[in-house]
Amino acid sequence: MNVGGYRTGEAAVGKTVIAELRNVSKRFGDVVAARDLNLSIGEGEFLSFLGPSGCGKTTALRILAGFEAPSEGEVLLDGEVVNSLEAHRRPVNMVFQHYALFPHMTVAQNIGYGLRQQRPRLAKATIAEKVGKALDVVRLSDFEDRRIWEMSGGQQQRVALARAIVNEPKLLLLDEPMAALDRKLRKEMQIELQNLQRKLGITFVLVTHDQEEALSMSDRICIMRAGRIVQIGAPQDLYDRPNSRYVAGFVGSSNFFDGEIIGQNGALVSVRLADGRVVEGTPTGTLSRDQNVCISVRPEQMKLTRKADGVAVEVRNRIFLGEHTEYLVASETLGEFLVLSPRQSELNDGPFEAGDKLFVNWEANSALVLDRN
Amino acid sequence: MTGRMRTTLLLAPAGTWFLVMLLLPLTVVLIFSFGERAPAGGVVPAFTFEQYANLPARWTAFKNTLTLAPVGTLASLLIAYPLAYFLAVKASPKWKTILLVLVIVPFWTSILIRSYAWIFLLGGRGIPALLEWVGIEGVRLINTPFAVLVGIIYGYLPLMVFPIYVSLDRLDKRLLEASSDLGATRWNTFRQITLPLSIPGIATGCMLVFILLMGEFLIPALLGGGKVFFVGNALVDLFLQSRNWAYGSAVAVTLVIVMLITVTVYMRLINRLGATREDVSIM
Repeated sequence: MNVGGYRTGEAAVGKTVIAELRNVSKRFGDVVAARDLNLSIGEGEFLSFLGPSGCGKTTALRILAGFEAPSEGEVLLDGEVVNSLEAHRRPVNMVFQHYALFPHMTVAQNIGYGLRQQRPRLAKATIAEKVGKALDVVRLSDFEDRRIWEMSGGQQQRVALARAIVNEPKLLLLDEPMAALDRKLRKEMQIELQNLQRKLGITFVLVTHDQEEALSMSDRICIMRAGRIVQIGAPQDLYDRPNSRYVAGFVGSSNFFDGEIIGQNGALVSVRLADGRVVEGTPTGTLSRDQNVCISVRPEQMKLTRKADGVAVEVRNRIFLGEHTEYLVASETLGEFLVLSPRQSELNDGPFEAGDKLFVNWEANSALVLDRN
Repeated sequence: MTGRMRTTLLLAPAGTWFLVMLLLPLTVVLIFSFGERAPAGGVVPAFTFEQYANLPARWTAFKNTLTLAPVGTLASLLIAYPLAYFLAVKASPKWKTILLVLVIVPFWTSILIRSYAWIFLLGGRGIPALLEWVGIEGVRLINTPFAVLVGIIYGYLPLMVFPIYVSLDRLDKRLLEASSDLGATRWNTFRQITLPLSIPGIATGCMLVFILLMGEFLIPALLGGGKVFFVGNALVDLFLQSRNWAYGSAVAVTLVIVMLITVTVYMRLINRLGATREDVSIM
């Protein structure tokens, strides 16, 4: 079963495909860094590779950049196979994790570097003009003659960005560009990066292990695990319709209860949980009867109430977050899990304190039935 | 203990050494250089520029030193750079250590013994004999500037290789990827990134080799056979053979001054290159 048609990695509808990976695998000796990657990237899209370290996301990016040749499969840019095209010939530029700015050059010289490599040579005036514009775009106009080491981390990142976009690449690759920035700066840069992408219309491909970063900036996210693409989709789709327990746990947080499928009821399936309770949920992925599955329910989709309705729990911990309050509750049969209550429900039902004996329930359509892996 | 006292204490051993072993002798040599030769050798105190006026008599020694030292430095650089580049960039980590040790291995034997080996190699029964055997006759290698140059390159190569190796090894390889990503060919990446960023290593290596070469006397003595001699050989001759300390001192002082001037000019050049190396790389 396909989830929302995204599993195949088709570029979003109505967009010209600018880059494509076809059955791409990459081996380093005995280690398989990427397995059978299939992905289309649409023009002007903001796509993120998301996954823990070692999942193959950086390898995928380096294959697109031309630093690694795939062991198998094809890489296409603008419809042409570019497997053997060296990095310096690809119309693709990268913002490196630690920026890799040239320490012996000024800010302007760094930004103009790519332009100076072009053959036939560009006129000096043309280069100066383009560099000036790029400096403007990243708001560093007064810094052109500065040395790299005189710039702060955030400024260095903007230089790295300008150095890449000044070449008007078909693809801009960003390798964990925010990793070296502090939290506040990271937020600012995320917004700036998104605005920049809309303004320039350049296709962005971002690699990150930060789900928040991926969710807030991307048009589509490609979730990777152990060298494979697990699911590709828009942030909301991944959040609402994860195709596996892995994705549900990686994108946002979720509560999982193990069980087994015992029947079907229209679009819903019935699952018997560990305590014998039978609940209904929306199936995702390919499932069959008697299969070991798990039910996934997002903390904010659970309702906490004093009425005897649902699973009996005891409140273990309460964290007030402002609009929401996060409760850690424990059920004798289902273990501990999280419930996120809106402020209003607390106002209606009175605040719940640690030790309170309550009930948790949820709508059948907000529960997802997923493969356990 | 105050910070100033600690600094003084820390610097005391080196400072004392510097004073007793360098400044004091240098002052003595300077005083001697204005003196006159005593009849039985040694020096008679005086204040005369006679010794300095006689310097042109030793012009050949200065000329040889001032040609072969820079030429030797340059030749060492040209041979050392590709080697250092290979060691730092191309060699696999497994081989790197072994190869680096191989570069130092010659140092385990005295330069004297190794130069004797070269005497044989370059002498009549060495390479010239081999050349004769394949039909090239009348080649003389020993006691020529070429022989001295060979000895210099052989002896000083490791001193050039190591600083360059270190600067290339430290070079962030991601900069090379970035350069390639921005469209630079391999050659242009080398020219615009690798070379400029290894200038500190080149500068250190050249400085080391050049300064030591200016004072060299063993290699010219053995491989130049009295025909190709350096200022160093002239000094040995003047102090130990003719026992003309006053004249020897004048030659020594002149050598120190020449060295100071060349090194200062060289430093200026390097600093200017350092400040404008981007412009250089853009050319």
